[in-house]
Amino acid sequence: MTQETTQGPDGFAFTPENLARAREIIARYPAGKQASAVMPLLDLAQRQHGGWLPGAAMDYVAEFLEMPPVRVYEVATFYTMYNKRPVGAHHIKVCTNIACWLRGAEDLMAALRERRGLDNDETDRDGTYTLSEVECLGACVNAPVMQVNDDYYEDLDADSARAVVEALGRGEAPAPGSRTGRQGSAPEGGPTVLTGKGEG
Amino acid sequence: MPTLTIDGTEIEVAPGTTLLQACEQLGIEIPRFCYHERLNIAGNCRMCLVEVEKAPKPMPSCAAVAGDNMVVHTDSESVRRARRAILEFLLINHPLDCPICDQGGECDLQDQTVAYGPDRSRFNEEKRAVADKYLGPLIDTSMTRCIQCTRCVRFMHEVAGVPELGAAWRGEETEITPYIEKGLTSELSGNIIDLCPVGALTNKPYAFQARPWELAKTPSIDVHDAVGSNVRVDSRGDRVLRILPREHEDVNEEWLSDKSRFACDGLARQRIDTPYIRGNDGRLHPARWDDALRAVADAMTDVPAAEMGAIVGDLVDCEAMTALLDLWRGLGSPHIDCRQDGAYLDASARAGYVFNSTIAGIEDADALLIVGSNPRLEAPVLNARIRKRWRTGRLSVGVIGQAAPLTYDYTHVGEGTRAISDVAKGDNAFAKVLKNAERPMVIVGMGALDRGDGDSVTGHLHRLVENCGIVRDDWNGFNVLHTAAARVGGLDLGLVPEDKGLSAPAMQAAAGKGTLKLLYLLGADEVDTTALGDAFVVYQGHHGDAGAARADVVLPGAAYTEKDATYVNTEGRPQRTQRAVCPPGEARPDWAILRALSARVGHTLPYDTLEDVRHRMTRINPVLGRVDEVVPADWSAVTKLRGKTPRKAPFESPVRVFYQTDAISRVSPTMAACVREHGLGDDDRKAGSDG
Amino acid sequence: MLRDADRIFTNLYGQQGRDLKAARARGDWEGTAELIAKGRDWIKEEVKASGLRGRGGAGFPTGVKWGFMPAEGGDRPNIIVVNADEGEPGTCKDRDILRNEPHKLLEGILLACAGTGSHLAYIYIRGEFVREAAILEEAIQEARDAGMLGPDACGSGFSCEVYVHRGAGAYVCGEETGLLTSLEGKKGQPRIKPPFPAQVGVWGCPTTVNNVESIAVVPAICKRGSDWFAGFGRERNTGTKIFCISGHVNRPCNVEESLSIPLKDLIETHAGGVRGGWDNLLAVIPGGSSTPALDKAACEEAVMDFDGLAELGTGLGTAAVVVMDKSTDIVRAVARLSHFYAHESCGQCTPCREGAGWLWRMMERVAAGNARIDELDEMQAVADNISGNTICALGDAAAWPVQGLLKRFRPTLEQHIRDKGKRAA
Repeated sequence: MTQETTQGPDGFAFTPENLARAREIIARYPAGKQASAVMPLLDLAQRQHGGWLPGAAMDYVAEFLEMPPVRVYEVATFYTMYNKRPVGAHHIKVCTNIACWLRGAEDLMAALRERRGLDNDETDRDGTYTLSEVECLGACVNAPVMQVNDDYYEDLDADSARAVVEALGRGEAPAPGSRTGRQGSAPEGGPTVLTGKGEG
Repeated sequence: MPTLTIDGTEIEVAPGTTLLQACEQLGIEIPRFCYHERLNIAGNCRMCLVEVEKAPKPMPSCAAVAGDNMVVHTDSESVRRARRAILEFLLINHPLDCPICDQGGECDLQDQTVAYGPDRSRFNEEKRAVADKYLGPLIDTSMTRCIQCTRCVRFMHEVAGVPELGAAWRGEETEITPYIEKGLTSELSGNIIDLCPVGALTNKPYAFQARPWELAKTPSIDVHDAVGSNVRVDSRGDRVLRILPREHEDVNEEWLSDKSRFACDGLARQRIDTPYIRGNDGRLHPARWDDALRAVADAMTDVPAAEMGAIVGDLVDCEAMTALLDLWRGLGSPHIDCRQDGAYLDASARAGYVFNSTIAGIEDADALLIVGSNPRLEAPVLNARIRKRWRTGRLSVGVIGQAAPLTYDYTHVGEGTRAISDVAKGDNAFAKVLKNAERPMVIVGMGALDRGDGDSVTGHLHRLVENCGIVRDDWNGFNVLHTAAARVGGLDLGLVPEDKGLSAPAMQAAAGKGTLKLLYLLGADEVDTTALGDAFVVYQGHHGDAGAARADVVLPGAAYTEKDATYVNTEGRPQRTQRAVCPPGEARPDWAILRALSARVGHTLPYDTLEDVRHRMTRINPVLGRVDEVVPADWSAVTKLRGKTPRKAPFESPVRVFYQTDAISRVSPTMAACVREHGLGDDDRKAGSDG
Repeated sequence: MLRDADRIFTNLYGQQGRDLKAARARGDWEGTAELIAKGRDWIKEEVKASGLRGRGGAGFPTGVKWGFMPAEGGDRPNIIVVNADEGEPGTCKDRDILRNEPHKLLEGILLACAGTGSHLAYIYIRGEFVREAAILEEAIQEARDAGMLGPDACGSGFSCEVYVHRGAGAYVCGEETGLLTSLEGKKGQPRIKPPFPAQVGVWGCPTTVNNVESIAVVPAICKRGSDWFAGFGRERNTGTKIFCISGHVNRPCNVEESLSIPLKDLIETHAGGVRGGWDNLLAVIPGGSSTPALDKAACEEAVMDFDGLAELGTGLGTAAVVVMDKSTDIVRAVARLSHFYAHESCGQCTPCREGAGWLWRMMERVAAGNARIDELDEMQAVADNISGNTICALGDAAAWPVQGLLKRFRPTLEQHIRDKGKRAA
């Protein structure tokens, strides 16, 4: 794990926009409690640095918040969304937990793996995709679900998942949400309650 | 006062007492791994679970506070079951490498397993392996053995104040790690070896040297600084293999500095193990005791007493100083000095040169002004006490001198004497902090007293003490932090020049000019040996350091682990070392050498046994017989001085490189490795400033 | 079945706008100042009288929890923290509130603050909900601009500031003390209780942590009356509840229903029934992954509330119903959950750190048929040794699914080992 942090640049600094944003974030917490901003600031740094956190960024955040660096390393390694290694432009996170698993997440994962030739948490050579198996994403009634960067794609099957991934690779922006056209978490075929007809 | 019942016995405890503490008061031992009385409570190992009636589940006794009418069971079937369960969990991923583990024989996990553990494993999965971590030259790691108790993490964060260890990742992948691997930079890092309940963190230089049951364990006192940390010297045959702290609540609690712990390999290096006489070829040749003593005696007989001087080094014990003093007074020489660094210290009143508040007293202080000292480098254990107090939020610290990282926040009041004068006059805001405090403290280091204008600095300090109310009827906040283990004892015995006598720097100058013909260096190595002219130099000591290199005759003395000797710490607390091993070769206890020499020069000292010397010693100053006591000193007896026009130069700590400050640590390979690790060598520093 | 008129979350599916205007059209932010004017005690008592029990899993009465908060005026301010770290497998109800009914939540926060003497609130939202967090931020800005939040919230004279704090991927932060530790900028490791958050919470301040749904129903309770809310469900199990029905049903969905609805009704009425018909049912996890699964027989009689499910040796949890039909390899399903708990263990305390991984590996071997039948007893012992001995409930949660499997599906397990073992041989 140590070599993971030694990769990457020697230095890191927020851009002026992110610097302003960081100050804004710190102001959300009571005076003297700026350590609370460590998570949002690590997220900000990761976004600025192309999706992953080099050691230099962790050190920068530590200094920014006047925290001992090791406390920041602890935080950065504890939470799964901080990437300690470079990731592809599209980080595909496939939920394989119970609700998704029951509705074919394993097939979906296998299809993506085969198609991209990627193992779990692996990034392809040109840095387009990283494929990760993740725990419950909290969209269980729309299973199976995957998250690509910030967006959820729901009600997937192997084909539709592949289609989303291919489209992203072509530089398109497929609309997030259900692949079967469902309205949010309403049942397939339309809501049976809240139909505006009074009795549900 | 809550009253509760533990295993059928009723006990009343102070409010806030934990169940574990209550159990201990009853003599009931509760097994534990993560709990340590000097660290914050983590409650993570779960080994100390006890059953509390009406509670839905077992409670961690280390964290649970005793409540009125609680009924606690520490030996019920459910408690035993919980302990067995925890131990099994700890063991499933713990390697079965006890036969090759240095912790073997002094391992908490081993002991608890014997008490509660299963005799076979039902864990059929693959065991976890964890990569070892590099923590520098002092601490070896075997992280697969780690049970994630986080004692080391908490120690570094809380006590050492150098938070360089963390528990990274999570779940079963949790690892204790510095993450970015480099040597730990705390001067107290070795304590995590003692705190580690398993063999994950072990003593690197001691690796595979011995099993604990093979070692002779001798309680003793450390001499690498003036704290007087209580230690245990572990030896086998004639070798000291390791040094461990011994608990002393008022001195070192249970901590030890890395130098005090690890410099012991220097005890086996460059030892003077036989007398030497410089030959006509200009080189030192081994000699018999008889010849060496005769050579010294001849030289002394040739020189008038007024032209011979004696300088005492930093590691010299009180018995040797008693003998030297008696010899010198007997000969009629006024030139004797225990302050080889030339520090201004008035030996006439004890309150002027000791740490009056006591080390434990730091925990009562609410304001502290540090003058010309870097306690972190000069006395790391004492510094930890300052940090301990500071962490309570009830201590404001100010510093006059260099602004160095001290492990606590402070106000940088100023750099030199002017700042003392400003505070004394009330021209600096910190004056108010001191005045408003109930227990204000000033700590004066050698950095303020060793520059030749120590009397003036002391004068300004006296004014500050007066104006800021540092000394009160029930509180003496004036403290001198010494760096030499010998110093307070030397001052107590009066090893300072008489009226017309020369101080240590003056003796050196006189030797250079040729007016001082003979210089007796009793363990004194911090003198400029290139500037002693043609003086006849006798060096008595244990290491071939600077003094011996210049000497005409070298007499082999004993190091602190090789003699029964008295040292007085910076508080004025006399403590005694015990002989753990024999001095090497022809080396002898230092008082005995001086006793033998005295006979040769016709001033035979009137004592033949250690008891006799000690009797004489306490005649000179009864305080030296009050072993382990700090006798309060009378501030009114201190002659008050007046400061002169302040010099501009900032105060500098005499300790630049913590790891190498005396003849033992300078030859210690481990200390040298630390210097390399942290880039503290002369070459490193040069490279640093050039680059 | 619950009437639409009695549904609190009328925009659960996002058929309407989520903005302030649309929210107001649904009745949000209506008469809020008058409710605040009735005072801290009135609000608290109203919530207490409604019988509302925490919707995040533990089911502790919300009004009682509020009652633990000290009087204002101490040296440390009271703080409300909303637990939006939704992550219990099977559960996706809070997401709907966050993205479709953010103003209902914000109004609830304001009332919760007024009911506990707090003027500062944080919404701790799981890191993966990036879009939902943005929606919340937008809604807060809207509410602040309109004077609903801020120094004079809704013109009531009561000040209330609300901030969003995003997590970064750790299920254990859903545990309330882990959440507070995380909010302080540390690893989300749960704390030993006591002290409880109402005494020593975030930054040492008295803190109440409530689930999103618990807070979001408060305006309705205050406006329509505690009696109205208490009119749904059985005694001690009152109110409406969002259920998440996932897995092997014909039409998985979220739906707000009355508590105490029979499980079978819930599945058949709202989720289109079990795939392949009721008789094709194997098992149901009734309240999120931590709650032990029910076999078909138990499902027939299960009533979806706290006490009803407790009687069956399981729990309502988050009311996330995960349905498994007969095609399911339930051993593998539980092995998957065991992996989840091992992955999410914070690593702080021994039984969970070591035991969760051990359980998972045993479950994997059992699932693969690479185990002996007598090892099932060992597995039981390991699960039993974890539960009750840990700092937080994650250890218990890791043990429950395995304990549930051993209790209700032991024959299936043994058969599984025999079948798979044979195949392997």
